[in-house]
Amino acid sequence: MATFKEFRNNVKPNWCPGCGDFSVQAAIQRAAANVGLEPENLAVISGIGCSGRISGYINAYGLHGIHGRALPIAQGVKLANRELTVIASGGDGDGFAIGMGHTVHAIRRNLDVTYIVMDNQIYGLTKGQTSPRSAEGFKTKSTPEGSIETTLSPLEIAMSAGATFVAQSFSTDLKQLTLLIEEGLKHKGFSLINVFSPCVTFNKVNTYDWFKENIVNLEQFPDYDPTNRIAAMNKIMETNGMLTGLIYQNKERKSYEDLVVGFQETGLANQDLSLSPDHFNKLVAEFK
Amino acid sequence: MISQLSWKIGGQQGEGVESTDRIFSTALNRLGYYLYGYRHFSSRIKGGHTNNKIRISTHPIRAISDDLDILVAFDQESIDLNAHELRAGGVIVADAKFNPVLPEGNNARLFPVPITTIAEELGTSLMKNMVASGASWALLGLPLDVFNKAVEEEFGRKGAAIVEKNVEAVKRGADFVLELAGGPIEELQLDAADGKQKLFMIGNEGIGLGAVAGGCRLMSAYPITPASEIMEYLIKKLPPLGGTVVQTEDEIAAVTMAIGANYAGVRTMTASAGPGLALMMEAIGLAGMTETPLVIVNTQRGGPSTGLPTKQEQSDLNAMVYGTHGEIPKIVIAPASIEDCFYDTIEAFNLAEQYQVPVIIMTDLQLSLGKQSCEALELDKIAINRGKLVRELPELETHQLFKRYELTEDGVSPRVIPGDKGGLHHVTGVEHDETGRPSENSLNRLKMMDKRLTKLNGMLIRDAVRADAPHAAADILIIGMGSTGGTIDEARTRLEKDGLKTNHITIRQIHPFPTDLVKSYMDSAKKVVVLENNATAQLASQVKLYVGQAEKISSVLKYDGNPFLPSEVYKACKELS
Repeated sequence: MATFKEFRNNVKPNWCPGCGDFSVQAAIQRAAANVGLEPENLAVISGIGCSGRISGYINAYGLHGIHGRALPIAQGVKLANRELTVIASGGDGDGFAIGMGHTVHAIRRNLDVTYIVMDNQIYGLTKGQTSPRSAEGFKTKSTPEGSIETTLSPLEIAMSAGATFVAQSFSTDLKQLTLLIEEGLKHKGFSLINVFSPCVTFNKVNTYDWFKENIVNLEQFPDYDPTNRIAAMNKIMETNGMLTGLIYQNKERKSYEDLVVGFQETGLANQDLSLSPDHFNKLVAEFK
Repeated sequence: MISQLSWKIGGQQGEGVESTDRIFSTALNRLGYYLYGYRHFSSRIKGGHTNNKIRISTHPIRAISDDLDILVAFDQESIDLNAHELRAGGVIVADAKFNPVLPEGNNARLFPVPITTIAEELGTSLMKNMVASGASWALLGLPLDVFNKAVEEEFGRKGAAIVEKNVEAVKRGADFVLELAGGPIEELQLDAADGKQKLFMIGNEGIGLGAVAGGCRLMSAYPITPASEIMEYLIKKLPPLGGTVVQTEDEIAAVTMAIGANYAGVRTMTASAGPGLALMMEAIGLAGMTETPLVIVNTQRGGPSTGLPTKQEQSDLNAMVYGTHGEIPKIVIAPASIEDCFYDTIEAFNLAEQYQVPVIIMTDLQLSLGKQSCEALELDKIAINRGKLVRELPELETHQLFKRYELTEDGVSPRVIPGDKGGLHHVTGVEHDETGRPSENSLNRLKMMDKRLTKLNGMLIRDAVRADAPHAAADILIIGMGSTGGTIDEARTRLEKDGLKTNHITIRQIHPFPTDLVKSYMDSAKKVVVLENNATAQLASQVKLYVGQAEKISSVLKYDGNPFLPSEVYKACKELS
């Protein structure tokens, strides 16, 4: 069985020293090993942005696509071969700005894909513009007088879109993050894991210290029941979204793959493409 | 006796025009007639004038006709808008309910039939279509039992009582009109057909069937006119084969999902029209850059923007050939018949995998939606060819990656799919090295660009240029694409009668342009006419760019939303000669 080391490759990430994304990468590698995957059974599909490079830093199959479209590509991979474990990943701009339309519909569709968002509340790769996750008043190169738009709450959106797995973590808490990714990988359906992953270069407000002061770990609430949708929504609102842990999980709803009529356990990619002459003749006869 | 005639039914959208057409043409197909249909419709569901026209013939035809023999009208508007098409002595069967009148100066024979009244007497005005088709059928003097069998098949599922009522509606329509006309109309008696039932389908169904036969097992698409029939067909046919269709949130998701599924090893397509194609452009670049097979159908309609969404046009050629930033290899093929729709779709999946490029199948509204007779289709005429896909691989060393983008002589590298041991590699839209890892190295950049951009050199599809060129030296060479071929040939018959030597080529491989083939036919022609449904002569521009000989090229363009008529092509060529 593969260990986390086998999910490492020899590429040096081009992230800034101290970037939160390093820990996310490590957590994915550990979680993949912990749930018993082999590198060839994992496909990491990423978007564009600093965090989008992550697919190139994990020893697995990886595809680094186009901005905002990691999710539809990842869903295509899963549809084609449900035997694969599929992780989609990217930043908050990728998933909640340009790709928001896909995020909501991937949640609704509930294909078994684990979506890990590295949320740094800023556009890093383009050197510091506002993101939908930036706080109101947040000053950036594109908002010199401070952002005048409401901060988007991905957790509330995910809940209202019918998510079956919603979690949030902080990149310094490697233990919690690894566990949550494991749970996400094991979850039969779409899982959203939003990770606060500070940008040390362009975001001088939402720093490691700022997060430490402002986030609450759900462990502090021993009675919290992540299967209760209303309680989950309330907790997200009470904490203004600054909570970590497994926020909501619905194990009852079947994944998309399990609901598609005629879909088999064997991945489509491993099935025979040929059509029998009998089957073809029947199809043709419909046009007579 | 005549060998062909044209029938049209008109009314408000949603009042049974479609179903009348369907039942009428199904019955004709049973008798072995060749059929060619044209739908005139609007971008709305209920209301608004709509009409369907069918050409009925004892021999193969691939064009709508200039004139009309029978018009069935559900309202006065249908008469007012269409009666001018009737040839001298043509017939109108109209619902007596609206007190139909002939437009001034029109000499058609008008038969008011109480279509709605008969239908209502039988229980529901919904049966108007049966009364109307019964009346049409009777005027043609065709055997009623064949028609009744078609009715039985259409309504059999709803029970014997419903079938009986519909058969009665047909009979009442037939009886009424025969009494009025004094029997079947002599000039409308068709020669007997060969009795061999043809396949009868729209181009979109040909594409759907081709996809199934070609091993396509997934489709991701967003509804749009005139492409939706492809997804609607495949969602019925793929599940029994283990596959499915996903209706995505937009065309960007549709194309990127298809890229993901193709990357993971399943033949997957998407289909759209101009507006959707525009949204797909960035992703098409990704497929080109990552050498991921991809099949896209673009069913052209009137542009720009929302344009004429339910009308004929061929104006996306430039978008298909040039649209996407940067430079990628891409194949654009243009089926010109229903048979082509079927075979070309199978071939498109092969080309996409053999060359690892995006392939666009370009149709136009008339080809996609016009229902036509089609020759027998053969499953094994084109075998599935997955190119350099490798599934059995030796193990990799630690940190070794599979050379997914290995530089090879033909520019095409071995392809592996996720899940297979020994195939680990990276895929990125960033410029990359042989293992797929990002690289900004200038030498690597040149090698990779050249690899991608030369892999289609010399590529020719089956019938890249289809020729009907009987003359060693032609007065006029007519060049067309898509659905216009049959119209061109009808015009040629008339031109030849006038003593003009005409050759005709249909360009089926739009990109890469089959220069040598096109040139060989142009060299021997005095004049070249390029005929296309757009305003800016996009195909002619390609011909001039690649072949030259601009001085002898003229364009015949039509962009009013309607297909060319044979008379228009004849007239345009005649004026140029």
